[in-house]
Amino acid sequence: MLKLEKRPQPSKAYAYTTPFLAVLATMFFGGLLFMALGKNPIEAILTIFWEPLFGEFAFYYRPQLLVKGGPLILIAIGLSLGFKAGIWNIGAEGQYIVGAICGAGAGLAFYPMEAWFIFPIMILAGAFGGWVWAMIPALLKVKFQTNEILVSLMLVYVAEQLLASMSLGLLKNPEGHGFPGSRNLKDYPSAFNEEIITGSGMHWGVLAAFIAVIFAYVLLNRHMLGYSIRLTGEAPRAAKFSSVNPARLILFCLGTSGALAGLAGMFEVSGPAGQISIDFNVGYGFTAIIVAFLGRLHPVGILFAGLLMALTYIGGEIAQSNLGLPGAAIQLFQGMLLFFLLAVDLLTNYRIKLVRKEAA
Amino acid sequence: MTGTLLKIDGLTKAYPGVVANDAVSFEIKQGEVHALLGENGAGKSTLVKMIYGLVKPDSGTMEMRGAPFAPPEPRSARAAGVAMVFQHFSLFDALDVAENIALGMENPPPRRDLAARIRETSEAYGLPLDPYRTVGDLSAGERQRVEIIRCLLQDPRLLIMDEPTSVLTPQEVEILFETLRKLTAEGVAILYISHKLEEIAALCDAATILRLGKNVGTCVPSETSAREMAELMVGTELQTPKSAGGEMGEVVLDVSGLSMSSPSAFGTPLRNIHLRLRAGEVLGIGGVAGNGQDELLLALSGEALTEADAIKLKGQPVGRLSPNARRALGLLAAPEERLGHAAAPNMSLTENALLTGAVRKNLENHGFLNWTRTRSFAEEIIERFDVRTPGPENAARSLSGGNLQKFVIGREVLQAPEVLVVNQPTWGVDASAAAAIRQALLDLAAGGAAVIVVSQDLDEIMEVADNFAALNEGRLTETRPTRGLTIEQIGLMMGGAHGMEVAHV
Amino acid sequence: MDFSAINPALLLASLLVAATPILIAGIGELVVERAGVLNLGVEGMMITGAVTGFIVTIETGSPFLGFLAACAGGAALSFLFAVLTQLALANQVASGLALTLFGLGLSSLMGQGYVGLKPPASPKLDLPLISDIPFFGTVLFSHDAVVYFGFALVACVWATLKFTRVGLVLRAVGENHDAAHALGYKVVRMRILAILFGGACAGLGGAYISLIRVPQWTEGMTAGAGWIALALVVFASWKPWRVLLGAWLFGGVTVLQLNLQAAGFAIPVEYLSMSPYIITIVVLVIMSADKSRAPASLGRPFHASS
Repeated sequence: MLKLEKRPQPSKAYAYTTPFLAVLATMFFGGLLFMALGKNPIEAILTIFWEPLFGEFAFYYRPQLLVKGGPLILIAIGLSLGFKAGIWNIGAEGQYIVGAICGAGAGLAFYPMEAWFIFPIMILAGAFGGWVWAMIPALLKVKFQTNEILVSLMLVYVAEQLLASMSLGLLKNPEGHGFPGSRNLKDYPSAFNEEIITGSGMHWGVLAAFIAVIFAYVLLNRHMLGYSIRLTGEAPRAAKFSSVNPARLILFCLGTSGALAGLAGMFEVSGPAGQISIDFNVGYGFTAIIVAFLGRLHPVGILFAGLLMALTYIGGEIAQSNLGLPGAAIQLFQGMLLFFLLAVDLLTNYRIKLVRKEAA
Repeated sequence: MTGTLLKIDGLTKAYPGVVANDAVSFEIKQGEVHALLGENGAGKSTLVKMIYGLVKPDSGTMEMRGAPFAPPEPRSARAAGVAMVFQHFSLFDALDVAENIALGMENPPPRRDLAARIRETSEAYGLPLDPYRTVGDLSAGERQRVEIIRCLLQDPRLLIMDEPTSVLTPQEVEILFETLRKLTAEGVAILYISHKLEEIAALCDAATILRLGKNVGTCVPSETSAREMAELMVGTELQTPKSAGGEMGEVVLDVSGLSMSSPSAFGTPLRNIHLRLRAGEVLGIGGVAGNGQDELLLALSGEALTEADAIKLKGQPVGRLSPNARRALGLLAAPEERLGHAAAPNMSLTENALLTGAVRKNLENHGFLNWTRTRSFAEEIIERFDVRTPGPENAARSLSGGNLQKFVIGREVLQAPEVLVVNQPTWGVDASAAAAIRQALLDLAAGGAAVIVVSQDLDEIMEVADNFAALNEGRLTETRPTRGLTIEQIGLMMGGAHGMEVAHV
Repeated sequence: MDFSAINPALLLASLLVAATPILIAGIGELVVERAGVLNLGVEGMMITGAVTGFIVTIETGSPFLGFLAACAGGAALSFLFAVLTQLALANQVASGLALTLFGLGLSSLMGQGYVGLKPPASPKLDLPLISDIPFFGTVLFSHDAVVYFGFALVACVWATLKFTRVGLVLRAVGENHDAAHALGYKVVRMRILAILFGGACAGLGGAYISLIRVPQWTEGMTAGAGWIALALVVFASWKPWRVLLGAWLFGGVTVLQLNLQAAGFAIPVEYLSMSPYIITIVVLVIMSADKSRAPASLGRPFHASS
């Protein structure tokens, strides 16, 4: 019989090794899944994890790693602050959309004027849009104790409708021959989120993600606010005793994660995506939840987790075109990763002991 | 009193790092009150859990009326006639009395019949109860009645009571003892767990004393002095704290007309509380659990806000200030619940030192933390208060109750408070740690600080306090000097017998 | 704009149909939450139920078997959640989210070959005579069996929680798991059973969408119904009959906005489509005035440390 025994204190060694265990377990069971789908499991796993980095076309895929990882990291960093404090913003997808709409809208408002200040204004507008969208669940939680999980999630669906309405209405390209979607910002230099180093995939949003990692690291380890966030997550009553104002913390955590998600949306629409369209959002806001947990809510962990998750996206696309692996299998693969991660987390706080069943 | 009811032979139970029970043997006779005496951590709860089927022994046997008795789960223990009144964790606040009682029975009768039986039995034993009231709204004494009635309805042969008097006024204790004597007259045996020697001398026919998991002696309480029992229990002679008896100074804390609704769902609101505290004074606030103690601490610490003028510190209104703003002015507090309120269980001692020390110990600068200073503050607490731990990087939850409590109290005392409010400073703490904590509080007062000790342990209050007041349903009585107070007077201040009556069947 | 196209009797009848999936999923989640577990994976379990129900119905031709399979599918997915949260003591919020993400991926993988197919129609329980009563006949007595099953389920859950021993123990476990454990009740076992029940209900609710309400399979077709079911439980303050009320309210909003869309109402389609979600938020805010408490152990992990 297996028995759980609580450790006197969390195991540091396991805290670092569990994400790797989870990745290995996912590779193993993912391989079984791919086998069940009639694919060669080793080939599939190699295609996902090896091909983009060291394969024949790696020169093309490696920059993609940053392009896909950037928004994931940016959003996940914001989410991790709230998750650490037990504040669950799971509507990042909505904040991402609204950030994109506001950012693109601010840029297009100046069209066709060219000026240096347009892009900074778009950045502010994007962050502001995401922040506003996240402040709705935050204020409702503070004022009425409504559940932020439900409200932030409902707002994703609202944001998706808003996106549809924008790409069909207000932001629709007047020269678009009636097709839905806004003007392409790639053709509007002042509003275009260019690569900082050509061919590297490093655009301004990726830079913002790296800055967010550093900012979050300092906040959590060196600043009273970060300490308050951690304390609230560990022991909410102790946090109140310590003088943490729960309402302010909710506003800060939800607001920051909203602003970062909004920024991610803005950098995406002005760069890789190029335009506001009905299918602009591809689920970064939800995948970022996996990234945040996979990174153990630690800024540096999230940096690596974001890149790993980007890898599965890119590798998944390659597997899709080369091996005919269905796209949904990759989604499942990512969900599996989160499952295993949560399961092996047990080892950090508990010891599993084999005990012989006693004769009663 | 004839025949052995329960024979315990060589029971052993080990947990990682500690042997909770080491070959414990004793016998309980029918119709006797048998005391199980021991300090916190002596292994009383583990032993009782084995009898009740919650824990399986590693080795050793039990016999019930000569037949082997090894309950795999509480259900079988109850079927064998064992009933237990728990000290904590056994009632459901949101359910009503009848539902709570039904949950403790194997085959409860239909609700209406059960309600009638509850009325009948509760009145027969002088513990009146309304079966349809929600348990969360009951007082601590009434909640205990629910537990006792729950046991009595099962016609137990052995009734286990875990520290039953800690939630009662002295008058209520007398009534409970009457009820218990009546039960023993009916042939029920009672296993009575306590560390209060006077009670045991007054009530029990036999006593088994545990120390560090071992049975260190069995005696007849009426023939043994309290001192002998205490020495058996503790193992060494204890030093009682000494008060320096310093002079009292100016009024530093002035609470007037403090009313506040409770922030928790089944809490007690505070009603028009007045008190004045002078520098150098130790005020003991007694009262049965759940009469507003937690709320009073929240109001004073700043976790719950009140009207600004209701609380004045050296003339300055602080009722609307945050905990840190009050700390800056010198008003500090230590709540009862160590894990989760006074300390964060999974965080290190260094991080826990920061929890209240940031302001007075200058551990932050414009929000940026000084971990070096914080760590040395934690080390200072560990050293000065003899906290047994490998170092400040260890998690709070890895400490024993006594050591963590020394850390929590030490953290506040070392910040040189002008007023310190502590709630249940020695609850669940071993005797030597309790003595050290009380001494620290007395020394603090001798140094000119004012101290409020909220406690349900009257002995503790009598030992440390200059003055006494009691909380009763959220109201505070007037303050009286501790010297010269009798136990009856204290009991009346605590609210007398709260609607209980002596058993009369 | 043509309001005459909206027939009130048909509107009310389709309200009951629109309410059924969230009603069944909501009542399942209510039981789970009363046992002290917060399973945020309702959306994932619903969509899994929707796809398994759809596949089995297509393959066997029997909607009844399809619904059974949907229950099994939802329960199977919830079992993963049960293992994670009850045995591996993982965080319930995170595990529920994982379940939803996993369920969405799983369902679209499973449903690949089934897009665009049409399931055999489920027979309606046209009750003779009373279904011919004008107005009421159409509104109340001409539905498929699942609609009536939904009502029965609410009544059953209500009676079980209120009058039976199992219900009492379930509430006790949700209220204070330490006390329930001390009295010798099997907290983990009870919770796992509740989670499985919730999973089966969510699966059934999902299958109702893919087999009757729509009826066809498209990826992500539950479109937040699982989250609305979760909101229903909060709205209902954990009381079974109020789940029914809430489901009707949301069903009503959904049907009304669809009818307004069809009638060419002057508001753009997108704004009508977002209305059920906005109404959900508004209702959550209004209900916050109700201070009925959630089960006290809701979402807290239980580990019997002895």
